[in-house]
Amino acid sequence: MLHDFTSTFWANTVDGLTVGAIYALVALGYTMVYGVLRLINFAHSEIFMIGTFGSLTVIQVFGLHGPYGGFALFGALLLCLVAAMVAAGGSAVVLEFVAYRPLRKKGSSRLAALISAIGASLFLQELFATLVIPNTFGNGRGRDYIGVTRLMNKDTWFHFGSADVRNDKVLIFVAAVVMMIALDRFVNGTKLGRGIRATAQDPETAVLLGVNINQVVVVTFLVGGIMAGAAGFFWVLFYEVTKFNIGFILGIKAFTAAVLGGIGNLRGALVGGFVLGLLENYGGAIFGSEWKDVIAFTMLVVILMFRPTGILGESLQQARA
Amino acid sequence: MKLTGVVSVSAALALGASACGKSSDSGSGSGGVTIAFVGAQTGDNAQLGINISNGAKLAIDQYNATNPKTKVTLKLYDTKGDPAVAPGQAQKAIQDKVNAIIGPPFSGESKAVDGNFEEAQIPNISPSATAAALGKNGWKYWHRVISNDDVQGAVDGDVLTKTLAAKNVFVVDDNQEYSVGLADTVFNAVKTAGATVARDKIDPKATDYSSTVNKVKSSGATALFYGGYYAEGGKFLKQLRDSGYKGQFLSDDGALDAGLIKAAGANQANGALLSCACQSINPTASNPAVKKFIDDYKAKFGQDQGTYSAEGFDVANIYLNAVKAGKTTPQEINDYLKTVNYQGVSKPIQFQANGEISAKQIFLFEVKGGQLNFLGDATKVNPTKS
Repeated sequence: MLHDFTSTFWANTVDGLTVGAIYALVALGYTMVYGVLRLINFAHSEIFMIGTFGSLTVIQVFGLHGPYGGFALFGALLLCLVAAMVAAGGSAVVLEFVAYRPLRKKGSSRLAALISAIGASLFLQELFATLVIPNTFGNGRGRDYIGVTRLMNKDTWFHFGSADVRNDKVLIFVAAVVMMIALDRFVNGTKLGRGIRATAQDPETAVLLGVNINQVVVVTFLVGGIMAGAAGFFWVLFYEVTKFNIGFILGIKAFTAAVLGGIGNLRGALVGGFVLGLLENYGGAIFGSEWKDVIAFTMLVVILMFRPTGILGESLQQARA
Repeated sequence: MKLTGVVSVSAALALGASACGKSSDSGSGSGGVTIAFVGAQTGDNAQLGINISNGAKLAIDQYNATNPKTKVTLKLYDTKGDPAVAPGQAQKAIQDKVNAIIGPPFSGESKAVDGNFEEAQIPNISPSATAAALGKNGWKYWHRVISNDDVQGAVDGDVLTKTLAAKNVFVVDDNQEYSVGLADTVFNAVKTAGATVARDKIDPKATDYSSTVNKVKSSGATALFYGGYYAEGGKFLKQLRDSGYKGQFLSDDGALDAGLIKAAGANQANGALLSCACQSINPTASNPAVKKFIDDYKAKFGQDQGTYSAEGFDVANIYLNAVKAGKTTPQEINDYLKTVNYQGVSKPIQFQANGEISAKQIFLFEVKGGQLNFLGDATKVNPTKS
């Protein structure tokens, strides 16, 4: 048990950070929408799923079959990344217009929006399983795993303790962190970002001060969707597999990461994602991998007992430091 | 005479049933016999189920094409291979008053529903469920045409420790009914043989297996046994090979499908060994019955027969022989099964009193160049020397 932990410590650290980066990117979408609307957007996991299929579409349309190297690799990766971001960001905005805005206009309760979110989540899953995938990707079988062509060779760059530091893991980690820094700059440094923070703080006063709430909400969904799309691309790159409900478990994990870090807090999502990824792998090493989720969620409960608002505290406007 | 009597009785019963407003599409309404296939048609590991139902369909269509007195219908009940879905489908089959059942293919779903078939007194033959515990319930209507995991696990243990001469083995399973039982047997067999052995499980619903992969790597095991099905097995194998693990990979009949190679990638799957109580159907077989089966299957479904297609074909033919002999009620068919001595395309089939098949052979397959190759009797072939 403990021997497994120590002998695999560095390997699990590297893998935990890689999967944690993907959790964190998806968690951003949960946390931003919650910060602005106080709504848990359960359909966000399907936005991630659509992101994976965005990458897959590019791979199919252009007939990509790697592994590539050099400039071709860069081009292929960028193309897939952009496609995933467009697909996910676009569908997040559509989701807001179809599933949430009409409810908000009528002044319905938050509970109604939550039910709408769950409905949208199931709708999108089944839409892909019964219509989209059979007709485009899965030669008729909509509920199976769909393998994705390998785009890049997975080479080990260097060894670090028990860990093989592989190029795709480094790429995912670095790219995710860069994207999150960019998002942080956007929210803290631009006018639109200020609008988002103002709305999160006090929507009514924000309106009085001239913030266009509807625009803020759309931007929030768009940015959250783009981040989930990037996560979808990294997922496809790393695991090379997707399916209609691939977002389900990941969505729960990412939402957990958001709560763990402090929901409504951008940097919290980052911290929460990494902590969850690491806890899972360490827990799996010590108690056996079938206990992974049990350990991770037990730790969530323990952390929330001592820090009810998550590791970095709640809300988009505080914890600025 | 007896046959017509039975037919008229069942026709009268069916009439009575439809008079009560029940559905009359159950096949027995037309005075024929209905055989149910209860098993996966959709779901992650559905290909194994589809192989079986296609094999059965071929046998039954061939039979009906001869214009027999008693027509036989095959009805499909899709369990998705899921023990939570199977009971509802089994109940439907029981309500439809089917005469005999093929399936379920997987052990988990078998455990969930075979007791119901026993209660309903409907003969059922699984072409592929191998969990050893299934044979120990004292069931009278349950049968299978494949040797169980006690046999497969012991042979797999020998393959690991003797044929592959591994001194350090890692055993992984996917925490499902069939996989845990088989992996336990392999674990104990390897331990008894005196090799070092470690154990871990993966979550079949998850995609990230890195903590298991890291454990395997740090254990220094030269061979790994994976108990489970092809969908997750393939993903696990891919992550294992991508991490740079070079040891031998041995898995079981649940993973014996081209889906394993698709999920893992041809390079990553290369050299993987798979054991099965089923035999490969050799396309160049000299046996004319086998050759005919292969050609007919391909002609009908446009693809080659796969793992357990031949078993599905054989089980259907055993039922058809019962019907030909005038045994059409569930009870008569079940009694008939006790006397079966059938030379199938997959193997010779004879049942023991507890429903287990008498034959006890395990065969080995190897992935090479993106193809599943048949090696032969697992106790005799040596893949490291070929």
